[in-house]
Amino acid sequence: MRMAYTACKSASKGVACRYPARPGSPRDKKEKGMSTTAANSPATEINADGPTSAEEPVEGSNEGHGGGSRRLSLFVPEPEFRPGDTPDFSDVPIPKAGSVRRPPIDVDAGDIHDLAYSIIRVLNRDGEAVGPWADLLTDGELVEGLRDMLRVRAFDARMLMAQRQGKTSFYVQALGEEAIACAFRRALKPGDMNFPTYRQQGLLLSTDYPMVDMMNQIYSNAADPLRGRQLPIMYSSKKHGFFTISGNLATQFMQAVGWAMASAIKGDDKIAAGWIGDGSTAENDFHSALVFASTYRAPVVLNIVNNQWAISTFQGIARGKAATFAARGLGFGIPSLRVDGNDYLAVYAVSKWAIDRARANHGPTLIEFVTYRAGAHSTSDDPSGYRPKAESEKWPLGDPIERVKAHLIKKGAWSEERHVQANAEVESAVLQVQKQAERHGTLHAGDKPSAREMFEDVYAETPAHLIRQRQEAGL
Amino acid sequence: MIEAVRDAMDVAMGRDENVVVFGEDVGYFGGVFRCTQGLQEKYGSDRCFDSPINEGGIIGAAIGMAVYGMRPCVEIQFADYMYPGYDQLTQEAARIRYRSNGDFTVPMTVRMPTGGGIFGGQTHSQSPEALFAHVCGLKTVIPSNPVDAKGLLIASIEDEDPVIFMEPKRLYNGPFDGHHDRPVTPWKNHELGDVPEGYYKTPLGNAAVRREGREVTILTYGTMVHVALAATAETGVDAEVIDLRTILPLDFEAIEKSVRKTGRCVIVNEATKTCGFAAELMSIVMEGCFYHLEAPVTRVTGWDTPYPHSQEWEYFPGPARVGEALRNAMEAA
Repeated sequence: MRMAYTACKSASKGVACRYPARPGSPRDKKEKGMSTTAANSPATEINADGPTSAEEPVEGSNEGHGGGSRRLSLFVPEPEFRPGDTPDFSDVPIPKAGSVRRPPIDVDAGDIHDLAYSIIRVLNRDGEAVGPWADLLTDGELVEGLRDMLRVRAFDARMLMAQRQGKTSFYVQALGEEAIACAFRRALKPGDMNFPTYRQQGLLLSTDYPMVDMMNQIYSNAADPLRGRQLPIMYSSKKHGFFTISGNLATQFMQAVGWAMASAIKGDDKIAAGWIGDGSTAENDFHSALVFASTYRAPVVLNIVNNQWAISTFQGIARGKAATFAARGLGFGIPSLRVDGNDYLAVYAVSKWAIDRARANHGPTLIEFVTYRAGAHSTSDDPSGYRPKAESEKWPLGDPIERVKAHLIKKGAWSEERHVQANAEVESAVLQVQKQAERHGTLHAGDKPSAREMFEDVYAETPAHLIRQRQEAGL
Repeated sequence: MIEAVRDAMDVAMGRDENVVVFGEDVGYFGGVFRCTQGLQEKYGSDRCFDSPINEGGIIGAAIGMAVYGMRPCVEIQFADYMYPGYDQLTQEAARIRYRSNGDFTVPMTVRMPTGGGIFGGQTHSQSPEALFAHVCGLKTVIPSNPVDAKGLLIASIEDEDPVIFMEPKRLYNGPFDGHHDRPVTPWKNHELGDVPEGYYKTPLGNAAVRREGREVTILTYGTMVHVALAATAETGVDAEVIDLRTILPLDFEAIEKSVRKTGRCVIVNEATKTCGFAAELMSIVMEGCFYHLEAPVTRVTGWDTPYPHSQEWEYFPGPARVGEALRNAMEAA
């Protein structure tokens, strides 16, 4: 299949086309879909007429046969819409909920290549759970899951505001992606280990990890469990299966495989989960992780959270407009599945499938969670500079909280009133914890960890040169 | 020294089933320098195995295993190959204890042959120890003989922090004093080639005085210990030769004690000059011993060029250059 962006008027001058397509243009027709390619999907729900298949000749195309006269031009992918454009995802192919099959956990990767190009979905537009991946969670568990997501959203909102108020230096929210970490966490067992990125706070907020410790860490206050040394939101809790976040990208993906190999060497029953974003799949560590995971059949679940944006860079820069992120696993013989990341039930079902598979010693799984980063990358970012403001609302997979809520109401297990009440309870609880945390100080006010802490834990035992430097610092 | 390194891993693996060994070609074949020969057969293929050619993966996997609770001892085939794994070493292994407040730790050893002298050219001869010593959170060990190699490697494997264990490859088959045109002498004729059996540890951070002297202190490590001893003998200068053994942690006391005694100091390392570890040693001597000095502190190092192939012996800081530095130190003031 031909890549569409190669053709533009400037190509004949050897200059690559760098301006975005406008809706309705020939380029636009062929490039719709962000990262929701569904080449082999059995059915589509939202897409009206499927991807445009005709290859329309475009003026100035440099793809003529036998032409030796034209100069080369560099292809630089561009996102569909830029600020000022009206985002329109109406022709993005979204497979119908319940339409993707559910293979046995010992399946060969070669038998499910189609699952790397489709999107596994459980909740349909009417709020019903349908298909072979449905019915794994009770209503009570779903209500818990809903509360977990509400807690993440409320926590994010409070901490975002706290950063704006100058109480901390930095914050990263998970707005719109809450289902992924919360539902994945539910499918794990105690003792399993996550190697997260900075957008999986849901892994901690859906366990009994004290929320106040997360806030203390964000504030780098006197009660900060990491003693003020680490950037806000880079939590660590071995006890809660949450590996210390680096802030470096992708390194943890490979480390997760190593942890899983150790578990296998020791004959343990614990599995590891590696997490990575769409942008950082381009890092070497992503390749390393897939090589090692496939070579040693490590009991690891490798999660790609494709939220479409790596700061200001759209996912096409990491993906090159080819295939899907999940499809990267196929060459390694790793079963690779794409999931609707805004569908709590689908996330849980696929996570459970992959976790069960790893625990049964069938080896690794690669999962691409298709979602959308509804908020800014971090408090240091302003998305209005690179994408349309309305893009998030137009995203075709909806909001994960609203979808579970609608599902539970449809089943008669929830109501608007209960939802309002639950949200108020969660927000009130977060506020109470925030007050509790702030009694220990915030970044620039109140108590903070001692300066001497700076010299601790560089090594198990402080070596002579560091003792000398600590003395020099008067500490 | 190959046998000593292998023996250390054998002893460590025998004592602790959490010790695993892997790297490129280390499994069935036993490593390109044969340092892991027989370990797979003895301990099984899940304790000693081949890895993909992916240094970032080798070190990343070792970090994950160490975090789990094992004690991986991995091999990077040549120090020159470590760069793809440098991110995992410097930003990850070195900082995991610090950033997690001790919640997670990385008791891991990364072995790698270092240095030149075998006509390895620019990609099999480098001495990148300064790139490790510069990184807080790592320890860096460079033995100069088989007895130390075994004791230091066992200590490294049992250490609670990540240790870079650099094996001077020219010393694998015998002490090398820089006289490349003379026959190779094997370790069996050397007192430090007689490796004790069984378990023993040589603590990290303790330098060894290889020759006591009164006139000038030579600070060195690895292959250059033997070159320094040869230069001392050939010039007749009564030099005190200090083998640092570990460059981090560093034995400040041994350095300062000796330089304050002799009042002169020559630093010898094989690595390139600019920002090399010799520069750090000079700073330490200036900071700690300035008022005891009777001559400028000098350093003898490799040149600031890539390690050349056919010009190996013009590049290598041999006994002639070290001897000249000793004479200059004695003639100054």
